[in-house]
Amino acid sequence: MTNVSIIGIGQTEVREHWDTSLRHLAWYAIEAALDDAITTDIDAIYVGNMLAGSLSRQDHLGALIADFAGMRGREAITVEAADASGAAALRQAVLAIQSGLVQTALVVGVEKMTDQTGSAIGHALATTLDQDYEAVQGATPAALAALMMRRYLHTYGLQLADFAGFSINAHRNAAHNPYALFRHPLPPERFAAGTLVAAPVTLFDQAPLADGAAAVIVTHSERAMDMSPHPVRIAGSALATDTLALHDRRDILWLAAAAESAQKAMRHAGITPAGIHLFELHDAYTILAALSLEACGFAPPGQGWQLARDGQIGLDGRIPISTFGGLKARGHAGGATGVYQIVELARQLRGEAGECQVPGARVGLAQSLGGSGGTAVTHVLTIDNFQPPFSAQADRF
Amino acid sequence: MEVSRHWRLRTQRYSLVGEICPNCGVKLFPPRDVCLECEAPAKELFTFTGLGEVYSYTTIYDAPAGFERYVPYTVALVKLAEGPLVTAQLTDVAAEDVQMGMPVEMVTRKLTEDGPEGMIVYGYKFRPISLTA
Repeated sequence: MTNVSIIGIGQTEVREHWDTSLRHLAWYAIEAALDDAITTDIDAIYVGNMLAGSLSRQDHLGALIADFAGMRGREAITVEAADASGAAALRQAVLAIQSGLVQTALVVGVEKMTDQTGSAIGHALATTLDQDYEAVQGATPAALAALMMRRYLHTYGLQLADFAGFSINAHRNAAHNPYALFRHPLPPERFAAGTLVAAPVTLFDQAPLADGAAAVIVTHSERAMDMSPHPVRIAGSALATDTLALHDRRDILWLAAAAESAQKAMRHAGITPAGIHLFELHDAYTILAALSLEACGFAPPGQGWQLARDGQIGLDGRIPISTFGGLKARGHAGGATGVYQIVELARQLRGEAGECQVPGARVGLAQSLGGSGGTAVTHVLTIDNFQPPFSAQADRF
Repeated sequence: MEVSRHWRLRTQRYSLVGEICPNCGVKLFPPRDVCLECEAPAKELFTFTGLGEVYSYTTIYDAPAGFERYVPYTVALVKLAEGPLVTAQLTDVAAEDVQMGMPVEMVTRKLTEDGPEGMIVYGYKFRPISLTA
């Protein structure tokens, strides 16, 4: 099976880019990735985007961005999987290269959130829910997270404050990330006083939505050394789905798609959770961080929050998460977020993470969730000459 | 305006018509034609009693367009007596009085409306069952 490596990465700041259009944002990230890869030889473009049709009244982003980036004529399409759109776009690029029909692919995640105001963004976000049976009742993504969180608190006898460690860790790490939206620390007493969004979820449980774009360039691993001084291997890649509606799950506290895609990606890479050095997870809400740690095998059900309480998610902890701030403090740029995670993981494995560096990071996991977990995309990244402890199983990539 | 879209769902919205799987007996709401549990075809209609209990709930302060005027409102996962969970607003109860496990029953209420001159969308909500009635 063809191995795939990342040879270029680029990103813009996550913030309110009122001076920058969707197409310009995408281009800035692409330009940075092309510079990083030292190539302009792109065969196909995969655009990850969640809401441009609703928020910018702009669909057909494949042609738009290929044209605007000076790549008119190239194969280019948009991939949509709610918040997981960017990671799903990377997944499509991996499949394309493994098919042998595409040599080098560009993945760009882009989201333009802030051309609209609060309730219009909320209305657009609700399109990622089951429109007929969730959104029509006034449910929102935050409401679904709150339904999970209330049940979790009830089942395990916990309080909101038990989740503070996730947001505090994210803010601490973002302070050193010049691309992050929130670069200030979050004191525990402020977490406790968060404004309610959908009780018990507060503003400090919830990732802020903002504009941003991130891009990666991927190619065959054999060619990668010629096109980058520090290629990063995509050692595992998997996408899985669960019921779209939360109410249809057998257990609303088990992210089945997250578990399924993580197991597949790790099996393909020949590793287990014990061999993962850091984990960029989908902390759109603190409850999703806890449930992701549980689904991916880093904690038993009901105990994911303890990793935050015990300081095990910090840069020097057992399983560092949100190392550049995560969704919570770097900011959540919708369909770009899954590509930001990959860019950040690549910087960690290249040893270029500066103050955010996880010492000795050679194997990283990135997982992006769509909605309340209806889609989960997991990638395992390694340094290019990493030898896995177990034989990689590539039969069902 | 999505008249036909809401009209299509009238039996679900007004009387909780779901399905029962002829293969494994699981009752399904919303209806989906393929059983959630055993993946066998399930097109036999089943009308739920509308009785259930609160499985989880949230009070929403930050609402999407179409729901701002109702803030704060409470959305619950109601566990129906016949098994499935349904996402629905709670009504006729103050947010601070909602409790996990609280018995509730289905009622028909206004869900939202399509602007001041648009269509009014009605559907199910759930209210506490009065123990004194």
